[in-house]
Amino acid sequence: MSYYAGIDVGSLSSDAVIVDAAGGIKGWAVTETGAHSTNAASAALDKALERAGLRPDQVAYTVATGYGRAAVPQAGKKVTEITCHALGAYTLFPEVGTVVDIGGQDSKVIRLGENGKVVDFVMNDKCAAGTGRFLEVMAAKLGVTLDDLGRLSLGAEGEVAISSVCTVFAESEVVSLVAKNQPIPQIIKGLHRAVVNRVAAMTGTTGVREQVIMSGGVAKNAGVVKLMAERLGVEISVPDEPQIVGALGAALLAAREDAV
Amino acid sequence: MSLSDKAKLQFMKDLGFPALASLQKAMRGKRAPRKANPDFGPPLKCTARLKEIMTRHYYLARFAPGAKPVAWVTSGAPVELLRALDFYTIYPENHGALCGAQKMGPELCQVAEDEGYSADLCSYARVDLGHMLSGKTPAGKLPKPDLLFCSNNICQTVAYWYKVMAHRLGVPLVMFDTPFNYTEISQDDIDYMVGQVKDMIPVLEKAAGKAFDMERFIQVAELSRAASELWGQCLETMKARPAPMTIFDAFVHLAPVVSLRGLPVAREYYEILLAELLDRARSGIGAITNEKKRLMWDNIAIWYKVRDFSELFASRGMNFVAATYTNAWAETIQHLDMSQPLESLAKTYSLVILNNNLEHRLNLMAKMVSEYAVDGLVVHSARSCKPYSLGQYDLKRLLSERLGIPAVVIEADITDYRYFSEEQALTRLEAFFEALEAA
Ligand code: SF4
Repeated sequence: MSYYAGIDVGSLSSDAVIVDAAGGIKGWAVTETGAHSTNAASAALDKALERAGLRPDQVAYTVATGYGRAAVPQAGKKVTEITCHALGAYTLFPEVGTVVDIGGQDSKVIRLGENGKVVDFVMNDKCAAGTGRFLEVMAAKLGVTLDDLGRLSLGAEGEVAISSVCTVFAESEVVSLVAKNQPIPQIIKGLHRAVVNRVAAMTGTTGVREQVIMSGGVAKNAGVVKLMAERLGVEISVPDEPQIVGALGAALLAAREDAV
Repeated sequence: MSLSDKAKLQFMKDLGFPALASLQKAMRGKRAPRKANPDFGPPLKCTARLKEIMTRHYYLARFAPGAKPVAWVTSGAPVELLRALDFYTIYPENHGALCGAQKMGPELCQVAEDEGYSADLCSYARVDLGHMLSGKTPAGKLPKPDLLFCSNNICQTVAYWYKVMAHRLGVPLVMFDTPFNYTEISQDDIDYMVGQVKDMIPVLEKAAGKAFDMERFIQVAELSRAASELWGQCLETMKARPAPMTIFDAFVHLAPVVSLRGLPVAREYYEILLAELLDRARSGIGAITNEKKRLMWDNIAIWYKVRDFSELFASRGMNFVAATYTNAWAETIQHLDMSQPLESLAKTYSLVILNNNLEHRLNLMAKMVSEYAVDGLVVHSARSCKPYSLGQYDLKRLLSERLGIPAVVIEADITDYRYFSEEQALTRLEAFFEALEAA
């Protein structure tokens, strides 16, 4: 039996997925990229292999994706995260029409056709607002963990508007809101709104076709997902492991690659 | 104009420059030739002639003051009026492109920014101001103008940029104001523009020190028309499969129709270029060896990336066969009609793509996609050029919806590469390649 690996090296996390020839997920891992993306790719792959109970030589083919894809020596082929995310999402949700991915340092919206092919995409990679980084900075300022943001915001009674779109300015805005004794959950909800508005604006370019999927680390934040669904006026589905959608697509491409 | 300056310019033209050129050629001959890239077909033979024409133009410019009146002109201005009065013309935008290609954009822009000009200003303007303030240029030396000639048919930036130059250089500015074409051009608009031409002639005459002669103007306009029409025919050869030239070549071979139109040399150049292209098309010689997909480009070139991009696309078997930008110098020439010289001049210049509505642009692009059998669209969103970049996301969406072709936007700038992120642009382009290859 042959196995296939997909590795997604992003700016904050490096993720790996192992699939078998039928496309079934055998193991996966999410690790921090750190300063050295080649090491991070290997660490993610090793961890995924360990979970799958496999040895490296049982992997027949590897595809790399993400910004660090060029620095993955194991990869036979490098494919962009657009194609990989689209395939990963299409495999998990065959009805998918739109993927909204909010990662650590970029966000993107991909619109797919009936057959899972990419029709259009937009990427925000110029500015930290509208990315996971924005929330990470704010969580640190508020003294709460990233994982708590969603839960806290869902319990908010009301919302404080954040006017700055810039991460740096929003940070000082948050400091002054805290100083004015605004309740933290309400501030968090306002911050989520800022991210959602930023990313939802990108769907104006691509258009939205249902079913809408959210992926990336921020998709684990139920507060953001809820606001996004309200803002777009659609229901949003989130995969069990939203961070590995790109790596899954890459692994599936590796399996296809080996078949030809 | 002094006799001795005239004699000097004539001497440099007849003997000085040819001697210099042959010396340079002899020096070049000693260098090892660049290794041929297998992704490209044989290079265009005309390129050597083009280099000679443009080098000569910039070289002789320094001998022009005193011998001829000198004008700095915007790319879309009706230069035929100046040609009839024998002006030596310099195109700051062409010079800006040259600085961009030589990767001097940020350096010159910084000079202008240090002087207080906004970093959001078009980088052609900043490069030009930076050049004016520092004297730095890859072209040796540009002659100081006696007159500035500007038309806002391409943007409003030029109007303010040229005003600043007029103020700093203390020379007259002549401006040709072209009403934006929202739906159709009206007789009132034409009358308004013709009135301006009539008013500006005495100013031009004064700077030139001679009288405007309608017959001479008509001759020059005919030369201009011939060059633009020939340029249009050159572009049309790219309908052939494989296309005998790429848009990256066209970005370079565009220079004479921009900055020398109305002179015999521009017409002559496009005659030989057209002959070569037709010949290549007939013999099936492509610009790239493996033309799998045909693309269209929107907006001005990314001057510092022309070579890298041409290699990248060629390596993927993708050839740019059409561009709204290169097309702009051929698009409206059919309006020029010597039975109504000034009215038709006004039409020709006011209906250019950047002075025309988005509906027009959409239809034009759709037409080009079908005529050139285009498989995909690359849209350059240029930070500098607001009129060109406005509406591009809508154009892209409408075109890919209507025609079902993949399209991608890359954000960059024409010369200021501080606004270009290689990694991000490449990721977008690769995703676009993957979509095209899957189509
Ligand atoms: S690049 Fe655009 S903004 Fe700049 S001078 Fe040309 S038309 Fe005007």
